[in-house]
Amino acid sequence: MTAIETEAGTFQKGSAVGQSVPRKEDGRLVQGQGVFFDDVKRKDMGYLHYVRSPYAHATIESIDVSAALEMPGVYGTLTGDEVALLTDPFFQIAAPPGGHVKDYALAVGKVRYLGEPVVAVVAETRELARSAAEFVMVEYEPLDVLVDARAALAEGAPVLHEDCGGNLSYSGVWEWGDVDAAFAEADHIVSIGELHFDRFNSTPLECGGALVEYNRGTGQWTMYTNNQFPGFAAIMMGPAMRVGIDKLRIVTQDIGGGFGNKITTHPQLTVCCLLARKLKRAIQWTEYRTDFHQSMAHGNERWFQGTEVAVKADGTLLGFRTKAIDDAGAYLRYEPLGGVIWSQVAGGLYRWRNIRLEFTQAMTNKAPVSPNRGYSRMQQLWFTERVIDIVAHTLDFDPVEIRRLNFIKPEQMPYETANGCVYDSGDYPRALDMALELIGADEIEDRRAEAASRGKLLGLGIGSTLDSGTNNFAQSQLINPELQFSGNNEVATVKLDIFGEVVVTLGTTPQGQGHETTAAQVVADILHCDVDIINVRAGHDSYWNSHAGFSGTYASQFAVTGLSAVKGAADLLAADMVKLASMVFQCPEEAIELADGFARIRDNHEAALPFMALGAIPNANNAGFPDDPPTMNCRYVYRPAFEVPDKERKFGNLTLTYATQIHACIVEIDPETGVTEVVDYAAVDDCGVRINPQIVEGQVMGATAHAIGAALWESFVYDEDGNLLTPNFYDYHVPHVLDMPPLKTGAFESPSPFTPLGTKGMGEGGGGGIHCICAGIQDALRAAGGAIVTDSHNPYHRVWEMLSHPERSRETIEVTSR
Amino acid sequence: MSTTTSTTRTISVVINGTSYERDVPASLLLVHLLRDDLDLTGTHIGCDTGSCGACTVVLGGEAIKSCCMLAVQADGTSITTVEGLASDDGALTPLQQSFHDHHALQCGYCTPGMLMSATALLEQNPHPDEHEVKVALQGNICRCTGYWNIVEAVVAVGEGGAS
Repeated sequence: MTAIETEAGTFQKGSAVGQSVPRKEDGRLVQGQGVFFDDVKRKDMGYLHYVRSPYAHATIESIDVSAALEMPGVYGTLTGDEVALLTDPFFQIAAPPGGHVKDYALAVGKVRYLGEPVVAVVAETRELARSAAEFVMVEYEPLDVLVDARAALAEGAPVLHEDCGGNLSYSGVWEWGDVDAAFAEADHIVSIGELHFDRFNSTPLECGGALVEYNRGTGQWTMYTNNQFPGFAAIMMGPAMRVGIDKLRIVTQDIGGGFGNKITTHPQLTVCCLLARKLKRAIQWTEYRTDFHQSMAHGNERWFQGTEVAVKADGTLLGFRTKAIDDAGAYLRYEPLGGVIWSQVAGGLYRWRNIRLEFTQAMTNKAPVSPNRGYSRMQQLWFTERVIDIVAHTLDFDPVEIRRLNFIKPEQMPYETANGCVYDSGDYPRALDMALELIGADEIEDRRAEAASRGKLLGLGIGSTLDSGTNNFAQSQLINPELQFSGNNEVATVKLDIFGEVVVTLGTTPQGQGHETTAAQVVADILHCDVDIINVRAGHDSYWNSHAGFSGTYASQFAVTGLSAVKGAADLLAADMVKLASMVFQCPEEAIELADGFARIRDNHEAALPFMALGAIPNANNAGFPDDPPTMNCRYVYRPAFEVPDKERKFGNLTLTYATQIHACIVEIDPETGVTEVVDYAAVDDCGVRINPQIVEGQVMGATAHAIGAALWESFVYDEDGNLLTPNFYDYHVPHVLDMPPLKTGAFESPSPFTPLGTKGMGEGGGGGIHCICAGIQDALRAAGGAIVTDSHNPYHRVWEMLSHPERSRETIEVTSR
Repeated sequence: MSTTTSTTRTISVVINGTSYERDVPASLLLVHLLRDDLDLTGTHIGCDTGSCGACTVVLGGEAIKSCCMLAVQADGTSITTVEGLASDDGALTPLQQSFHDHHALQCGYCTPGMLMSATALLEQNPHPDEHEVKVALQGNICRCTGYWNIVEAVVAVGEGGAS
C-alpha cells in the first residue's frame, strides 16, 4: 500500500473549534466596507479596455491604433507585437505536442477564440477606454473554425497551433488491474455509446480585474487583484516577464467568488504590468460580464466514448474501459492537468479494481478551460455515477442496492484504490442512508403516484460524490515526466505583538470560505484564549512572507493545508510563550500552562503573565535576560507527506483527503414541456472534523446550487462559427432564488487519520447535484419510454427530446450476457 | 462614434442623508457616480445587463438597480446605499445582524444588493413570508450561498428575531 505518514493527533479541541463561531469577515461585508480589487483607486490611474477578437479563428493581418491614440484622454495602447518583444511565452505544463503552444498575454499573429484579447487600450475614464477601443482598426483573415473536440484530431481539421502539428494537447493510456480478466469474468458487459459532460463554469459574481502599480525605482509591481492562486500566477509571470518572483507582489483582500475561475488570470495581469511600466501610471482593469463569459476559464467539457462495464450477475462491478475526450479550449493555461486530476477519483466511491481509460485532450476555438469547482474530478465522478445508474437501469438492479453492494466499505478505510490513491476515511453507506431518509425515499412510490395523478413524471436520483483535496502536485509528472513540481505546502505566521495582539497571516486567498474565522478558532484553542482577540489579516500579500509556491485557495485544501500551517505556527508560539514565562518566573517550562488568556504557573494561578506582558518583553523590554527571549513571531510551513508516484504505472497517492457528499433529489418533469423541477433535495456531508459546522454547511449549499444550475440551466453554448451564444446573465441562466428547491442537509464526521486536525478539504462538493439530477431525470423518464440520460446538462429541450424519442438514447446502450 | 463626456449637467442628490452636488457627464451611470465619484464602493457591479442586482440601492423607498439608471436621472432624489444602513456608532440593523447570524453571506459581493432589496421589502412589508421574500430577491444573484440562508435571514427579521 502507498505509504502515508499518519500525523500524530496533538490537537486538543477547546471552546472554539467545532463551534459555529459567527464569521469575523461579516462585519465589514454587511456594511459595504469590504475591499475588493475594483474598490482600490490611485491618482491618475488609467482604465484598461481590451479590444477582443470578433472571430473564433483568424489571422491578424494588421493592427492600427493611431486613431485611438489621437483621442484626447487616451494614454496608450499595447499590442501583441509589443508583448512578443517584451515577454517570452508562458511556461507550458504540457509535454509535446501541447508543450509547443506559444501562449502570450495578447494574441500574436492569430486569434484562436472569440473574445481573445488582441489590443489593450488605456484611457482617462473607463467609458473613454471602451470608446477608444472601437477606433482600433484590426484586419482579420478568418480561418475555418473547430468547435468540437471529437473532430479535432480528424484529418483536415483546422489547426489552432501550427507549432503543435495538430490539435492534440495530451493523450495517455491509464490502466490498472487486469481489465481483460475482469471482462472475461463478467456475466454481463454493458456498453454505453457516448456520454457528454457539458461546458459551463461557476460564474463568480465579481469578474476578473486588477489595479496594478509599477515602482520604477525598485522594478517591482504591486497587483491588487482577485487572482486566487498567486503562487501559480507568479510562477507563470516571472519567467515570461523575465523578472524574479520577488518583483511580483500580489495582494488580495476580499474576492467576490472564485470557484477556480480566477486561477488563470496571469495573461491579463501581465498586460496590466507591461502597461503600468510603459505608461508610468497605475492601471485599472475591470472585466465586463461578457468579457468574463467569453474568455475566463470555462470548465472542462468531456466525452466518454465506447464505455464498457464488466458486471457480475449479482451486480458486482468488476471494471470498466472507456475513452475520454477532453476539450481544453484554445490555450493551455492550466491544462493539461485535467488529464491527470480526474484519476484522483478514477473509480468514484466504488471498488472498481480494473480500469482502463484512454485520455485524449484537444484544443478547439473556444475559451480556454481551467479549474472550475470540482475540477476534472467532477467529470469523472459524473461518469462513474452515470455508469452505475445506466447499469442499474439496463440490468434491472435497484440504484440504491447496487451502490451499497459496490461502495468501498467503511471497514476498508484507509482504502488504496486500483491506482494507488488512498481514501483516508469515510462511511458511504451511512451517508447514503442519511440522504435517503432526509429525502423521504420510503415514500417515493406514493409520491410518484400522486405526481402521476397530476400528469407529472416523478423520479428519485442519488449522486454519490467525493471531494478529493490537498493535491500532491507530483501528479503533474504523470502527464509530463519532465516537470519539477511535487508535494504541496501552505504557510502561516502567528505572532504576539507588543500590546499582546495575536496576529495571524496566511498565504491563502479566501473568496468567502471564512478563513479569518476558522484560523482564529484553531489559534484560540491552542493559545487558550478568546477567539475574539485573534486578529487574522484579511487576504494575501506576497510581501508578508507567509506564502510558498502552492499558496492560494483552490482544490479543497484550506482545512488541511491552511489550518495545518496555522496550527503549526500557533504551536510554535504557544511554546515560545511558555518558554518566556518560565524564564520570567525562573521555573521549568513544564510548570507553565496557557489558560484563560494568561501564561501562568499551574500550581499558582497568581503567578500569571497576560499576553500583553509576553508580547512586550521580546519586542520592547528585553534587557537583563541571560538568554535571548523567544521572538514570539512564528512561521510554519505545512507540508503533507507525499511521494512522487510511479510514472510508468501511473500509480501512487495523488491527494491527501477524500470528503464524502451524498446528494439525493426528487424531480418532477412536465411531459408536455420537458421542464424539470427539483421539488426536494437533500445533501449529506462528511468532511472529517468540522472546524465550523455552519461554514461547512454553507459550502455544501453553494456547491448544491452550482450543480443544480449546471444540470438544468447553465451552459456555454457555441455555434458552428465559434460564437458564444450565452455571453451574459440573460442567456446564461444562473439559478435565482425562486429556482431553488427546499433543501435538507445532514452531516457526520469521519476524521482524517492523515491530517493534523482530522480535517478534510470540502469546498467543491464534487458536482453531486449534477449526478443526482441526471439520475432523477432518468428515473422519472422510466415511465415514459425509459430514455437514458447521457448528458450532464438537461434543459427542457433535451428532456423533451428524450420524451419524444426515448429509443435514441436506449439504442446507444447494449448488453452482452452469458 | 465618440465619447459624450463633454455633455455634463449639475445634479443634486441626497445619499445616506448627505447632500451632494456634482457636475456629471450625461452618460454616467448612477452606480459609477456612487462608486467612482463618491467612493461609496459598497455598491457593486456584477453583470452590466441589469441581471444580477449587486448594484441595488434604495431610491425613494424602492429598490432599484443603479446600473440601469443614469446619474442625471437621480437628480433631486434621496438614496440609501449599504453604507447608510448601520448607525454611525457601527450598530448593525436587524437585517445586517440577521445576515451575520444566519451565515447568509460568503464572499460578500452580492450582499449589499441583497441587503438593499430586503431593506426595501421590509419597509413595505415588515413581516414577509418565505415566498414574499423570494419574490423580492428574485432580481439579486448570489453564487455562493444557494440563497437558502439569505431567505431564512430575511424571514427571521420579519418574525422579530435576528437569530
